[in-house]
Amino acid sequence: MTTIFGIPIQAFLGQLLIGLINGSFYALLSLGLAIIFGMLKIINFAHGAQYMIGAFAGYLLLATFGIGYWPALILAPLIVGLASAVIERVALSRLYNLDHLYGLLFTFGLALALEGTFRYFYGSSGQPYAVPKELAGGYNLGFMFLPKYRAWVVLASLVVCLGSWLLIEKTKLGAYLRAATENPTLVRTFGINVPLLLTFTYGMGAALAGLAGMLAAPIYQVSPLMGSNLIIVVFAVVVVGGMGSILGAIITGYMLGLLEGLTKVFYPEASNIVIFVVMAIVLLVRPAGLLGRDT
Amino acid sequence: MNSRASTVVAPTKRPWLRLETALMLLGIAALLLAPFYFYPIFIMKVLCFALFACAFNLLLGYAGILSFGHAAFFGGAAYFTAHAVKEWGLSPELGLLVGVAGAALLGLVIGFLAIRRQGIYSTMITLALAQMFFFFCLQADFTHGEDGIQGIPRGRLFGLIDLEDPLYMYFFVLAVFLAGMLVIWRVIHSPFGMILRSIRENESRATSLGYSVSLYKLGAFVMSAALAGLAGGLKALVFQFATLTDVSWQMSGEVVLMTLLGGIGTLVGPVFGAALVTTLGNYFATSELPVTLVTGVIFMVCVLVFRRGMIGEFYASRLGRRLERRAED
Repeated sequence: MTTIFGIPIQAFLGQLLIGLINGSFYALLSLGLAIIFGMLKIINFAHGAQYMIGAFAGYLLLATFGIGYWPALILAPLIVGLASAVIERVALSRLYNLDHLYGLLFTFGLALALEGTFRYFYGSSGQPYAVPKELAGGYNLGFMFLPKYRAWVVLASLVVCLGSWLLIEKTKLGAYLRAATENPTLVRTFGINVPLLLTFTYGMGAALAGLAGMLAAPIYQVSPLMGSNLIIVVFAVVVVGGMGSILGAIITGYMLGLLEGLTKVFYPEASNIVIFVVMAIVLLVRPAGLLGRDT
Repeated sequence: MNSRASTVVAPTKRPWLRLETALMLLGIAALLLAPFYFYPIFIMKVLCFALFACAFNLLLGYAGILSFGHAAFFGGAAYFTAHAVKEWGLSPELGLLVGVAGAALLGLVIGFLAIRRQGIYSTMITLALAQMFFFFCLQADFTHGEDGIQGIPRGRLFGLIDLEDPLYMYFFVLAVFLAGMLVIWRVIHSPFGMILRSIRENESRATSLGYSVSLYKLGAFVMSAALAGLAGGLKALVFQFATLTDVSWQMSGEVVLMTLLGGIGTLVGPVFGAALVTTLGNYFATSELPVTLVTGVIFMVCVLVFRRGMIGEFYASRLGRRLERRAED
């Protein structure tokens, strides 16, 4: 059997694939966090809950209305995004003039309340969500078996990340967003509705989390607690990438996912903490993060 | 005569001191009587969390650093104390000391990294590092993973007083709690505490005045961690077990809630916040509603309309201001 560094190549590539899948979710989630942080200067602690609700929205759309995977892939993020936009309008927008810590605390409370609500109705156990039939099965690559759905997740996340990046860097809307980040007062004097931009941004960031949740539903089980442990890893990813740096969030997301997969091969005991170790090292060497600007 | 009286009574420039002293004595009297009227274990639990919240508040309320990783110090110390008492056979007071030392060391490491950034960034760093410690506790041998350390003996205090007796244990916990509060009070009213507050208000100003800001911040961090460790070690002795719950990030969130609810930056606010949150937790533990739903809603309401907390609102209320004015006269 072929081996790499004494490890069977199947196991090696298998873990690498899992790392790539995890990295796809890290990238999608940290992208949303970075977008929200860049504009609102709020650490969105509810990001994990929004991811969870995205998955639940897909599950409930199927269970109650019989709406399948493909429409749900659009609808679930839309629901999460709209609901989050309402929350931003009603509550979060009142906190912008205060210390940024209050935004973190509010979204923390929101995360707890949302998780508690779903636990109340659905218990802590997971609900299965079937892989859509178009993506069932897999490809035999000769050296390993690649499930179609996993390939689709990696592809979809790459496309969405690239699209979001282009939206922010290359379009007029993105230019407004970036300008409003730099100097909201000045942008307002040009007659641009900055509060609306903020609402849109929060909704969009949350919708990205919802999309990630919907993509995750067939891989992991749909459970109220699926977001709460993931979110802290994603925080670490955002710190490593440089807070508010969109490209940094995407690249570090994939890189750290792969690194985690590699650690599972070579030193499984450390796989849970490797991302945090990287974070500590980055903080020591480059406190602003890999692609962050010093503030 | 007059001058002598004024040295005994509190200085007049501190209008609150007299009132606070009176209230403090009243509170201590109530705590001395409490075990005869309430379930001692419950009050001990409240005291442990109260000390934990006050230790946390020392960092947030006075140095202006929000740590979202204090569970690492609280739960870590619980493990250290539990291990020292159970496996090494140390007496409870030495066990507590081990817990405090361990928590202080953890605080030094986490604090050193966290204060490299400011504000919200350092909050995220504390959260992530505490989570790293959580995974360490999940896998390390001495913590026994999911089972935790169970059946911790309370032992004999100084080799003399048998702490298996609930009433002796209660007064031991009360003594440790009051000692911890005294330390916090001393720190707050020391030049060190003043400088911390000046850093909170204006960090660059403090730097320009020649204070080594990061050293002060780190000092506050370690002190807060050590005191949180004291509370955690104490809790391990009270309940005779140490589990992963105490190192989880939910615990870090809970202590933030206690402090916010009681009043950030007030000396006794966190005590009331801890009492309220613990009572609520006990109440909802038996109900259908998940505790997280309740705490989450309280959290949001607090942040939106009740940012001063109970004690802060009292100080700002008409009654509080009138008392203040009278004390000034």
